[in-house]
Amino acid sequence: MPGTLIYAEVQKGEIKKGSFEVTSKAKEFGGDVAVCIIGNGVDALAPLLAKYGADKIYVVDGPEFENYVPEAFVQAFAQVANQVKPSVILASATAQGKDFTPAVAARLGVGAISDCVDLAKEGDKVVAKRPIYAGKAYVKVEALNDPQVISVRPNSFTAKEIAGAGAVEKVAVSLDASKIKAVVKSLELAESDEPDQTEAEIIVSGGRGMKGPENFKMLEELAKLFGPTATTGASRAAVDAGWREHSYQVGQTGKTVSPNLYIAAGISGAIQHMAGMGTAKVIVAINKDAEAPIFTKADYGIVDDLFNVIPALTAEIKKIKG
Amino acid sequence: MNTVVCMKQVPDTETLIKVQGTGIATDGIKWVMSPYDEFAVEEALQQKEKMKAGAVTIVSLGPDRAIEAIRTGLAMGADNAVHINDSAYYNAADPFATAAVLAAAIKNLQYDCVFLGKQAIDDDSGQVPAMVGELLGIPVITQVLKLEVAADKSKATVTREVEGGQAVIEVSLPVVLSAQKGLNEPRYASLPGIMKAKKKPVDVKTAADLGVTAGPATAIKEMTLPPARQAGKIIGGDDAAAKAAALAKALQEEVKII
Ligand SMILES: Cc1cc2nc3c(=O)[nH]c(=O)nc-3n(C[C@H](O)[C@H](O)[C@H](O)COP(=O)(O)OP(=O)(O)OC[C@H]3O[C@@H](n4cnc5c(N)ncnc54)[C@H](O)[C@@H]3O)c2cc1C
Ligand SMILES: Nc1ncnc2c1ncn2[C@@H]1O[C@H](COP(=O)(O)O)[C@@H](O)[C@H]1O
Repeated sequence: MPGTLIYAEVQKGEIKKGSFEVTSKAKEFGGDVAVCIIGNGVDALAPLLAKYGADKIYVVDGPEFENYVPEAFVQAFAQVANQVKPSVILASATAQGKDFTPAVAARLGVGAISDCVDLAKEGDKVVAKRPIYAGKAYVKVEALNDPQVISVRPNSFTAKEIAGAGAVEKVAVSLDASKIKAVVKSLELAESDEPDQTEAEIIVSGGRGMKGPENFKMLEELAKLFGPTATTGASRAAVDAGWREHSYQVGQTGKTVSPNLYIAAGISGAIQHMAGMGTAKVIVAINKDAEAPIFTKADYGIVDDLFNVIPALTAEIKKIKG
Repeated sequence: MNTVVCMKQVPDTETLIKVQGTGIATDGIKWVMSPYDEFAVEEALQQKEKMKAGAVTIVSLGPDRAIEAIRTGLAMGADNAVHINDSAYYNAADPFATAAVLAAAIKNLQYDCVFLGKQAIDDDSGQVPAMVGELLGIPVITQVLKLEVAADKSKATVTREVEGGQAVIEVSLPVVLSAQKGLNEPRYASLPGIMKAKKKPVDVKTAADLGVTAGPATAIKEMTLPPARQAGKIIGGDDAAAKAAALAKALQEEVKII
């Protein structure tokens, strides 16, 4: 029965959380849930996918898949897709997923729907809900042809442990090397094991009110207290001032995030910033200006100097955690 | 070096969105060049200046008003433009159909590099660059932060953003590149630039002129606004420490996150 084929992404030897999230979701659609995992030395990861609902796991393994090179991965995945003939293809809309998914769709001769936050099965169709204008509006979109290729924003669904049949098949793909025209020369990854902002459950973000790069240490310390699913963010003003890298920027021209908790310190709440984090479940604003627009959207607000509030909050949470 | 820049006109980021049917009400909107496309135009200009040769062509799919953003690109320094003015395609707002017409227009041009923005800030799809590359049958590198093209134009060294860091990639030309913020600082159009832009050639086409018949691959069923966020509570207290303590308590007991 044609079902769903999922692209499972591997980073630093582990499957991304978002890949499990879409696998669990696909289980609700009915039909077989197949997962394709591509990498070097990834066969050991297959059983984990079964735990989250995979009925069938296609493993494409080899040294040529050590680094993500779109052409090689697209060729491999397209071969598996042509074998499985799924009606739906899902991937997590991580940085890699956003690069990979449209290329796969075009290779298969179909369109795609990117960065969705909800999916509903209506007959043969998956209706996908996605934000546009950085979250100022939402559309429900349907793919007109099969396979319906959809990428899903991390944190949109919960990864549930529901056992799938978990049959593993190793696929030997034949790559057309003449088409692979890009080579990764070097890869520089930050040492930190913080989650990416788009995947984080808690984000402690700072703006111009932080006054300088050194003060972000304070936010890092607070974020750390919340555990491994927390990280820091920044407004564009802080990024433009050179205090934080652009990869930290939240907003219309930065990352769109939907954490469970977003703490905004010294951020006024400009429309372009709010667009990027307006879907956070809980927003906390700390700002010394009671008129700052962020207070009209925040669930909890503190009107005070952040240089007094943040250290006090950090101390309080330490106390609670004991 | 000859380059093509795909550029989209979008509502200014300050725009408050109002829904009309499955699209937005366009009254009172200020239209601008999509911010990431400014980086794309700038990079094309800088590469041309470095090589001291070649032409920069802007390709844009959009209605009559898109000519304003096209003129902005020409005023920045692009040499000519192709304006695909075809309502069936711009109204569909489908990345695949958009990529199909853009690729068809690009095929008629000379190019070593095709530049696009990382994403258009209206539909936020981020799909058109990869699809254009697929349809042209050339490699694509998205989220580019730095570009160095070899003097003989055979290859380029590209730094791109990846999750948690950067990757340096060597790629043969021609190539499709999508611009991430940080690639460059877009220039403003100068007054002489604006005057000159008025005389630069803009070729207006329909999808049929380009031989494209592919229809949209997706359909928008509904557009809604998110539920408005309400102002919550302001946490009071004698001093910052008291307010912080009350917030910590709320995070523990109400939000249940600690
Ligand atoms: C095309 C375009 C795209 C954009 N994209 C983005 C984007 O992606 N993301 C983004 O964030 N912005 C974006 N912006 C910029 C946006 O318009 C705002 O300029 C920016 O968000 C302001 O950042 P901020 O809130 O840190 O700074 P400000 O607006 O200057 O606010 C600083 C706040 O800190 C408070 N403050 C100062 N000192 C203290 C203190 N000691 N204690 C407590 N509070 C204090 C002040 O009261 C003030 O409210 C974009 C703009 C444009 C034009
Ligand atoms: N209608 C269009 N005309 C020209 N270029 C476009 C159009 N739509 C998208 N693009 C290009 O593709 C990039 C990514 O757009 P998108 O995939 O829609 O987010 C944009 O930054 C533009 O460079």
